[in-house]
Amino acid sequence: MAVVFEKTKMLTDVNFHYCPGCTHGIAHRLIAEALEELGCEGKAIGIAPVGCAVFAYKYFNCDMQQVAHGRAPAAATGVKRVCPDKVVFVYQGDGDLASIGTAEIIHAAARGENITVIFINNAIYGMTGGQMAPTTLIGQKTTTSPHGRDASVSGNPIKVCELLSTLDGPSYIARCALSDPANVMKAKKAITKGLKNQIEGKGFSLIELLSTCPTNMGITPIAALDYVKNEMTKIFPLGVYKDIDAAQK
Amino acid sequence: MSSISIDKEKCKGCGLCVKACPKKVIEISADESNKSGYFVADPVRMQDCIGCTFCALMCPDVCITVEK
Repeated sequence: MAVVFEKTKMLTDVNFHYCPGCTHGIAHRLIAEALEELGCEGKAIGIAPVGCAVFAYKYFNCDMQQVAHGRAPAAATGVKRVCPDKVVFVYQGDGDLASIGTAEIIHAAARGENITVIFINNAIYGMTGGQMAPTTLIGQKTTTSPHGRDASVSGNPIKVCELLSTLDGPSYIARCALSDPANVMKAKKAITKGLKNQIEGKGFSLIELLSTCPTNMGITPIAALDYVKNEMTKIFPLGVYKDIDAAQK
Repeated sequence: MSSISIDKEKCKGCGLCVKACPKKVIEISADESNKSGYFVADPVRMQDCIGCTFCALMCPDVCITVEK
């Protein structure tokens, strides 16, 4: 018998600290596998965010930098400009990217910085205890919206892919979900394309991954996957929002 | 004949592999727990495994190895 699936060398042997069923682990694996397949061992640099993934530097078998809240695209800009031969990826959650880091991500995208951003959208603040995030769905209950998010009080969810795809800078923007094996495989293709675009010097790529937070959503890991598939994809439709390769054909 | 092996010390018993498996090979053990106190995933019907790797694709703790 041949081994058809094993842990990639781009992940360390440290156990993830994430809660049971948290899809951060799947996202980490997809990025690590894509880096390995693209031959980025020894030349990848990751930028870890503030949020649950703050310890990402323990898990990736490459150089990592943990940066101030929301400033990952700004730090990545510096790293990439100083080391243009390295593959720089940014890992951010929705509180980090869509709230405190809104300015940084919009301007990094507008400049078309040659970096790859992985955006984990689970519609809630995970690390701080399940508060309402900019991406929280209308009617979703969180600790700061106990009766469900009300648009007249808290506004509407920010759709990052739609927002950034209106800019001229990005080369590739896609939204995937980590809800089932088929979508996980699509997510890996999208991440691989985002990293490949960077290696080929095409500019800014962002891949949004719809994820779960079973602990703070207050549901089981399996119910959380169903929530992503049935509820979140209604507000955040999956698909490719911008692809300069497709536009040129 | 395919088979999976689960690193039980890494498993957190979340059950995503149980849901992903099309052949219902895996169950969460009712009595076997690891050092972290999680009831772990157990491949109880290994003879039905088809080596599709769906369990490994969904495992958030990357603790499944698949052989085919």
